[in-house]
Amino acid sequence: MGFFSKIADGLKRTKEAFSKKIYELFKGRALNDEFYEELEMALIGADVGVETASAAVEELRDRCFRKRLSTAEEAKDVFAEILKEMIDYEIPPYEYPLCILVAGVNGVGKTTAIGKLAHYFTSMGKSVVLAAADTFRAAAAEQLGVWADRSNVRIIKHEEGADPAAVVYDAIASCKAKKTDVLLIDTAGRLHNKKNLMEELKKIDRVVLRDYPEADYRSYIVLDATTGQNALSQVEIFNEAIDIDGIILTKLDGTAKGGVIIAICNEMEVPVLFVGVGEGKEDLLPFDASEFISAIIP
Amino acid sequence: MGVFEGLGARLNHIFSKLKNKGALTELEIKQAMREVRIALLEADVNFTVAKNFIAAVTEKAIGEEVLKSLTPTQQVIKIVNEELIKLLGGAHTKLAVADKPPTIILMCGLQGSGKTTMCGKLGAMLKKSGKTPALVACDIYRPAAILQLQKVGDKAGVPVIEQGQIAPLKIVKHALDLASKNGYDTLIVDTAGRLHIEEALMNELKELKAFLKPHEILLVVDSMTGQDAVNVAEKFNELLDITGVILTKLDGDTRGGAALSIKAVTGKSVRFCGTGEKMGDIEPFHPERMASRILGMGDVLTLIERAQEAYTEEEAKALERKLREQTFTLSDYLVQLDKMKNMGSLTQMIGMIPGLASKIGTKDLTVDESRITRTKAIIQSMTEEERTHPEIIKASRKKRIAAGSGTDLQDVNALLKQFEASREMMKRMKSGRRGGFPF
Repeated sequence: MGFFSKIADGLKRTKEAFSKKIYELFKGRALNDEFYEELEMALIGADVGVETASAAVEELRDRCFRKRLSTAEEAKDVFAEILKEMIDYEIPPYEYPLCILVAGVNGVGKTTAIGKLAHYFTSMGKSVVLAAADTFRAAAAEQLGVWADRSNVRIIKHEEGADPAAVVYDAIASCKAKKTDVLLIDTAGRLHNKKNLMEELKKIDRVVLRDYPEADYRSYIVLDATTGQNALSQVEIFNEAIDIDGIILTKLDGTAKGGVIIAICNEMEVPVLFVGVGEGKEDLLPFDASEFISAIIP
Repeated sequence: MGVFEGLGARLNHIFSKLKNKGALTELEIKQAMREVRIALLEADVNFTVAKNFIAAVTEKAIGEEVLKSLTPTQQVIKIVNEELIKLLGGAHTKLAVADKPPTIILMCGLQGSGKTTMCGKLGAMLKKSGKTPALVACDIYRPAAILQLQKVGDKAGVPVIEQGQIAPLKIVKHALDLASKNGYDTLIVDTAGRLHIEEALMNELKELKAFLKPHEILLVVDSMTGQDAVNVAEKFNELLDITGVILTKLDGDTRGGAALSIKAVTGKSVRFCGTGEKMGDIEPFHPERMASRILGMGDVLTLIERAQEAYTEEEAKALERKLREQTFTLSDYLVQLDKMKNMGSLTQMIGMIPGLASKIGTKDLTVDESRITRTKAIIQSMTEEERTHPEIIKASRKKRIAAGSGTDLQDVNALLKQFEASREMMKRMKSGRRGGFPF
């Protein structure tokens, strides 16, 4: 598991890193109001959000009181446990043929994430087809094409401005004909408050459900780790449209620690599945709750 | 989002028990400020920035007299709002223009913040103002980035200078030559998205800056960015001494607290906002609008401005008279529908009304605009007489109108019924100050 070391690497470069703050907070402090207040602020500073941050801190207060703990060092493991409970999910294993729909707002890294997913599955010996259903953004299909070449997989694309559902329809037909293991569908970035675009997404969803019933179908939302509280709204509304099965968290190699996913897992009950930690095709790693927690609470 | 209950409602709750109309007490202010702080944090304002801001405002607010015309809630919001505007503000400065062309604008930012699209929008805006800009493709890393810029340039009607994936320094040298040869007076340089902690890539930007001596270095920031916005802006500013910030994706439902954080930490103002996918969707930054957005108070100012653009004073008076005298006809209704369209999409307008957006919920925010188009078609299929005296429209006329407008009899019936109902309503509102339009 390389992702912890990559995150740790990122942390080294940032003096104000959240985990450093947490680390110092849990060192030799008494468990008083001041401590809890600072902890809550540190969580908010990592985009955990007011609601989840205060819930986590309240839970810590409660457990420390019941266990009669008095120092911060003792509380550290308890706190790690609380956060872990918030984000740890049992994920059902993939069955093949598999179809993954990837959606999200503009600029979060959907196309890149698909490129990396293609590599992930081909390196497991699976055959992969990419469907370029982002027919809106200029040069999106070409960008996906470059990724298809990198992993040497097939890509189904239409003209710019074509009906994305038609692309998906063709891609499904191609997968059926060639018995492809994995179909990855790239969709156009859309702000979740645009109703027409969300309807378009639902149409793609319906095409998959109707024409590819034999596939293990999952829909993932891609979130940018630097996004703040708006990520909650993104997950909520996409979830209403197409039933989100999981989150791909991208750009975790910056200074942001993606704390908002704790809020999302806790408040929306959608698990994180993959994290993107770099630009290379192998820089997408399965999410591991314990590693994530030990990265933010060293 | 249920989480984002309007700040106003929360403050109302705090002050609801309060009856005195004298000065605000310290305790009341402290309670109120806690709510304001939560509102700021939920809007993604950096927590240190929020803390400092609250401290400053608390000091200001203690002892402040509650004005006669205002409730304590409004009073607190007024103080907070004013301070926010002050902090966000500074007069809007236009883009710098070089004494000797070309003017060089260097764009930078994280991946996916919307740089390439924004280059096109800036180009289109400058072109509209009579300049001859060109876009320079220096994103040599992301697959198909150059192609994307070319397509964006096409849409904006602005030439794109590219040389494939060679060193950015070489590309800009070439661009400078072309600028003097082809008479481009502004070069907008698109660069690759980069994390602020990637030293090699940040050095590339530094080199570009040293060579180009740009007149503007604009940091493009996604308005949905969370607490990390300060780190990003600080680092870019430290290395490049940026001249301003562009906030993108403001057409989403984000409250955009990043704007405040960045201004507080770097002192650099937001210059423009991206508000949509089209090339024309760029607006100068308005601190007062951003302030009410961050507080979750809607954007009444923009709405009023749009309404003012759509209606002249005489038109408004004439409309009022017609409503009062009940001579309002379907023709007038048609005119109103067109005016509404000029004010922007209904969805946009609803989003600007405080409280309404949160009440309806973002997902239902999109109004069915095709219904308005249908209504217009129906009225347009009527004769002048029918529009003035809709009561003469009986079965055969209805059939003709439905056929002419490509709608059903039910649609025509529904419109006539609604119009009749709204006439009734106006009759009851004798003073006739406000018109309710049937939709």
